[in-house]
Amino acid sequence: MYAALWRVLPGPVWLRILFVLVLLAGVLVILSTWVFPWVDSIVNNQEATVGSP
Amino acid sequence: MSDRADLPATEETRRGRRRPRPRGRASVAGVLGELLITAGVLVLLFLGWQLWWNDAVMAGSQSSAAAEISRNWIEQDRLARGHTAAPAPEPTGYGDPVVAAAPGPADAFAVLYVPRFGADYHRSIAEGVGLDVLNSPQLGIGHYPGTQMPGEVGNFAVAAHRSANGGGMHLIHQLQLGDPIYVQTSDGFYTYRFRDLEYVSPATVEVLDPVPHHPDASAVDRIITLTSCNPFYSTAERIIAYGVFESWQPTSAGAPAELATIIAAQAQG
Repeated sequence: MYAALWRVLPGPVWLRILFVLVLLAGVLVILSTWVFPWVDSIVNNQEATVGSP
Repeated sequence: MSDRADLPATEETRRGRRRPRPRGRASVAGVLGELLITAGVLVLLFLGWQLWWNDAVMAGSQSSAAAEISRNWIEQDRLARGHTAAPAPEPTGYGDPVVAAAPGPADAFAVLYVPRFGADYHRSIAEGVGLDVLNSPQLGIGHYPGTQMPGEVGNFAVAAHRSANGGGMHLIHQLQLGDPIYVQTSDGFYTYRFRDLEYVSPATVEVLDPVPHHPDASAVDRIITLTSCNPFYSTAERIIAYGVFESWQPTSAGAPAELATIIAAQAQG
């Protein structure tokens, strides 16, 4: 899967590494901006109160 | 394996223990393995985000929101006095504390300062202990509806997260006997002194009683109760911190000495 991605990327090795880093950064931004807050809202079981409903 | 044209079919590779995988083809097990590794990395990333990154982001925004509320109250008081100099301090104290009416849901009506939690620690206290308050980027500490207000005889009870979402009570276990717990409202400053910690089951609502654990007793003292979860990263128990009211002074009298330096630092930042 990731090997296929590596082959799809154009250019010499240094350019491919650059592409991979840019892609990773993009994925991290998407995760922390949208995906993680959404997951947090559904798995949140952080209860700090007593007698919570 | 017939499509493997790029590798010479030497004697060595044919007899080799491992067959080299063909280029351009991924086995089902290979893809599955990569997906599982990716899933594992995503879970770790989420935990890192929740417990450190988002925690720090929320703590920062909750802190600056509280500082702004505090600044506004002090400024409003200054305007109300018409920019006249603050009155001389009353040597005999200011009598019984002013008790505000119960605020509306999610209204930020107070700011909590606990120097033991950090010299620049300040968080807004809002009405209600739902996630709309505890997980809010502006609030963070919730006042249990139905419990007393700051300075009132009885129990002023609040809750905040121990970890994640700003972790308002992250260092609650480090409180030491006599540590000041300051509550600022639009009326003034209420000083409580930390008394003791208690560990209870999550269902122990008796800690919120006007006299904790004695629902039938009529309150004489003014206390503050902080609740959070225990241990860290768990919701198995609750950690409870009690403080006893010490003194009150109106906004015009300025903050208690230790708090005044904290607030002065806020005003610059």
